[in-house]
Amino acid sequence: MATARTTDVVTTTHLTKTYGDRRAVEDVGLAVRAGEVYGFLGPNGAGKTTTLRMLLGLVRPTSGTATVLGHRPGDPAASRRVGALIEGPGFFPYLSGRDNLRVLARYRGLPDPAVDAALERVVLRDRGGDRFKAYSLGMKQRLGVAAALMGDPDLLVLDEPTNGLDPAGRNDMRRLVASLAAEGRTVLFSSHLLDEVEDLCDRVAVMSHGRLLTESTVAGLRGAGSLFVRAAPADVTLAVAMRLAGDDAVTLVDDGVRVELDAARAPELARALLDAGADLSELRSRDRSLEEVFLDLTGDGTTDNHDQTAPLEEALR
Amino acid sequence: MTTLALSGTAGSTTNGTATAVLRSTRAELLRMRRWPALWTTVTAELLLNLLFGYVFGYVSYRSGSTGGMSEGVPRDQLLADLLPDAIPRVAVQGMPMFAGALVLVLGALVAGNGYSWGTVKTVALQGPGRLTSYAGTLVALALVVVGLVVALFASDVAASLVVSAAEGRPVVAPGAVDLLSAFGGGVLVMLVWTLAGVLVGTVARGPALAVGLGLVWVLAVENLLRGVASIWSPMQRVTDLLPGTAAGSLAGAVGATPVSEPGGTPGVLTTLSGTASVGLLVAYAVAFALGTGWLVRRRDIT
Repeated sequence: MATARTTDVVTTTHLTKTYGDRRAVEDVGLAVRAGEVYGFLGPNGAGKTTTLRMLLGLVRPTSGTATVLGHRPGDPAASRRVGALIEGPGFFPYLSGRDNLRVLARYRGLPDPAVDAALERVVLRDRGGDRFKAYSLGMKQRLGVAAALMGDPDLLVLDEPTNGLDPAGRNDMRRLVASLAAEGRTVLFSSHLLDEVEDLCDRVAVMSHGRLLTESTVAGLRGAGSLFVRAAPADVTLAVAMRLAGDDAVTLVDDGVRVELDAARAPELARALLDAGADLSELRSRDRSLEEVFLDLTGDGTTDNHDQTAPLEEALR
Repeated sequence: MTTLALSGTAGSTTNGTATAVLRSTRAELLRMRRWPALWTTVTAELLLNLLFGYVFGYVSYRSGSTGGMSEGVPRDQLLADLLPDAIPRVAVQGMPMFAGALVLVLGALVAGNGYSWGTVKTVALQGPGRLTSYAGTLVALALVVVGLVVALFASDVAASLVVSAAEGRPVVAPGAVDLLSAFGGGVLVMLVWTLAGVLVGTVARGPALAVGLGLVWVLAVENLLRGVASIWSPMQRVTDLLPGTAAGSLAGAVGATPVSEPGGTPGVLTTLSGTASVGLLVAYAVAFALGTGWLVRRRDIT
């Protein structure tokens, strides 16, 4: 089981992988602490899977270093304590799910009862005798997770484990990840689904174009939140907001203004607007969703301060 | 004290590696024995061996020397090849080419399918270490090859006893040395072709190309090169060193009839001596195994 929470289970320093001229992963430095659920977030092709492959010793880094449970990636001493599912499950199609796990159990030196326990955990025991090639995508994915769970691993590395699952299966998988974390295991999982990262993770790393853009708690990533205000006239509203929050903290959005100001200062903003003679029609706190943060970070956002500069200046005039 | 401690560490490391290889071997044997492709290959091998070794030979013998199937081989000689004391030369005659091609396919399927199914990745994630799991695969395949050669010899024993009984001939057992030489030679030949298949399967990272390339090499390219060598002598230096030449020569050295003689078997040669062919085959076995091991260790698993 996982050790003290302050211990780093996975660390990377300047981790880089190039394929020819293409940099799949560039200068990634991250740390996963014992006992946490660490989300690896990024669009398709961001370099998440390549990074995970390097951590598991499947792919050699071009440069940089990584340690997993205190060992170099791929070291049998570490691998025995790691359960992993990388980019879809790979099994012998002619064997049943149970026999596939028995083969893997032999590699790990585990007794057969470990197989049934793993099948039970992913609710696949009743179908364990069916051939793998007859499994649905969701069942194959669950078998992959079962393989990762055998041997009671300290660290679980799951690469997009909900891929191919229907909504019910996705919920089951989330519950499973949550229960594994509750047992004190460290879980490192990648996803491009923001809601599941937001629901499950203690900390998140965001990758795009092979680079690590940020590493933070989910709350830290979302920031302190903001206020949405609708008042007239617009020039007075903007001037008051800028005086209180600063020029860079005010953005014109839809039919109002977003002010990067803690919700606790909402009464102060309301008083200032009324004192300035503004007609206040709406004032509410507005949390940034992880999706907004993600889109801002990866450069795929449709609204940002720069886009709004022209109308803002126009309104001020 | 220090020396003892170091010895203990080295000993436990060796034990740990041996245990890991044993685990990998058990895992590979479990998945292989449930694999229809393995049993299809073994069955095809046994059927072809019986057909070409005994059924066609017996039909030729029964139809007489004028029947068109005996290629001018006297009837007595045809019958002699079907009796128990001929087992050593009959059992190995098909191994350099046809049986060898089948085990090459088996090796290519074992290695190549690992990549196409993604099981190479899954196994690597179980923590035995790449070379350890590869060693387990090789040991398992070696056991399969030994079992197959045993089955081939056993089916030859059964067939020759049937012929002896049908023709009312006394049962004369082959000499132990001849039998052991043929068995050992057969295992070596089959092992080399299996390892060649594993290498090609690993290089190709899939079964289809590997099987195609392997079969073309065993069944066509080597023979074509020997054809070139017959009209351009410098090429002979190359063809004398080919794995098929070594395999065919070893079969010829243990008594199989070379293709150049009436009733000879394709692939059986007398180019090299028995000792030279064993040396060359061992060199090929080591080269194929090390080459694959280098690839397995160095290459990214994507």
